[in-house]
Amino acid sequence: MAIVEVKAEITGNVWKIVAAVGDSMEEDQEILILESMKMEIPVSAPEAGKITEILVTEGSTITEGTVVARIEA
Amino acid sequence: MANISKILVANRGEIASRVFRTCKALGLSSVAVFSDADRTSVHVQAADEARHVGPAAARESYLNVANVLAAARDTGADAIHPGYGFLSENAAFAQAVMDAGLVWIGPAPQTIRDMGDKERARQIAQDAGVPVVPGSTRFEPGNDTSEIVKAAEKVGYPLLVKAAGGGGGIGMRRVDGPEKLVETVAATQSMAAKSFNNGAVFLERFVPKARHIEIQVFGFGNGDAVHLFERDCSLQRRFQKVIEESPAPGLPSDVLQSMARSAVDLCRVTRYAGAGTVEFIVDADSFEFFFLEMNTRIQVEHAVTEMVTGRDLVAMQIDLARGRLAPIAQDEITRRGHSIECRLYAENPGKMFMPSPGPLEIFELPAAGESLRIDSGYRQGDEVTPFYDPMLAKIVIWGEDREIARSRALAALGAVKVQGIHTNRDFLLSCLADPVFSAGDVHTGFIETRLKTLLAA
Repeated sequence: MAIVEVKAEITGNVWKIVAAVGDSMEEDQEILILESMKMEIPVSAPEAGKITEILVTEGSTITEGTVVARIEA
Repeated sequence: MANISKILVANRGEIASRVFRTCKALGLSSVAVFSDADRTSVHVQAADEARHVGPAAARESYLNVANVLAAARDTGADAIHPGYGFLSENAAFAQAVMDAGLVWIGPAPQTIRDMGDKERARQIAQDAGVPVVPGSTRFEPGNDTSEIVKAAEKVGYPLLVKAAGGGGGIGMRRVDGPEKLVETVAATQSMAAKSFNNGAVFLERFVPKARHIEIQVFGFGNGDAVHLFERDCSLQRRFQKVIEESPAPGLPSDVLQSMARSAVDLCRVTRYAGAGTVEFIVDADSFEFFFLEMNTRIQVEHAVTEMVTGRDLVAMQIDLARGRLAPIAQDEITRRGHSIECRLYAENPGKMFMPSPGPLEIFELPAAGESLRIDSGYRQGDEVTPFYDPMLAKIVIWGEDREIARSRALAALGAVKVQGIHTNRDFLLSCLADPVFSAGDVHTGFIETRLKTLLAA
């Protein structure tokens, strides 16, 4: 089982976390939604798998490249 | 008559700085408000004094009514200018400002409320004789089909059959003529019944090739009003305006006059006070026009109008609010030349226009002059934070005619240098250089339909 890091593509604020640890994700399924410059930018699973960790909390500000979650693919 | 000596601007960025400029010109003191993210921002330094109003998130600072009013009280400001966005179209805020004994630089709270309610605004416009997008009443499944055919004739083709319970484009079907009408209505009704538990549909005229034209108006609050001509804002991407200009290229003058008259009529019946914008959708082929909405505030693109009319709209707003605005007759407002505004955004066109916050390691803008106005809330070394809108600067050009303005715009944008973040500078240059834009054949689908060409250029 490979662990895949899910990274934010953009600097922004974590607006909503829509998935939880233990959830089985399909490829491109949304994990959380960032808010940046009045736009909502989803961060999605790069491949199918189970979420093992969510490393950010709602309301926190993160920078581009931050690992926001890990998936067991 | 209200006396104003100190104005607080409940906003940030370029518009706050722009209002402070006029305050200075009128000999008035100014107060800026700022969030944690804006402590050292340009707009804070452009004001005579400044007050902190909360954390970076807008809802806790720039949208925090109690904190903004406290800042006004603390500094002895006697009037509030809202700029655009944030609290500018918040009727409750306008009322709270007045209740606090301050002068509200904007239209009456009731007008803000009326125009903010899209259905109510449409009704008011219709009552004032302003054309609205033709629509029908609702049809339930099983209604008499001859009534539907009659209603469609009145609405006009092409039209959309829309599910009354739908929204955001869901449950919408296009009909180009009477042949397919009845069957499409029945199909939409049955789909709507399944999807929304509501089979009712209505018909609405569809404008396949539309232009977004808006009229700048100014009402004196007594039923008198004037217009300051139109702006063409057809170049949009996902409802975000990119390039605006005045005059609108290629529109017959009788159409423009008729739109301006409609906009002024709307101001008269609402006894509109101050600067406002009446937005229309215009059929690019037939030039039929329909009311979209009215914005009850100063607009981002107001600079375009100022360039061609030589009027200071913010000074007019302030003078009206303090009872010092001399009446202006329509024929005193004249227009000279052509103006184009380009909005420089912190976004990455190569990555689906994703926002691009970050440090402005290099931020060089061309020197402003007679034919070039630059309104910006940033300077080199600033951090563009993810908390607010992505607009870095408005580059506003004037020329004797459209072609001169266009070539000056190309030169001005060519001189813009930004490093540290992505911007849409090259995309703006492609739009300006595009042969279709250059020919003035603009419409709201322009960017979408030419996206590949524009990105490749």
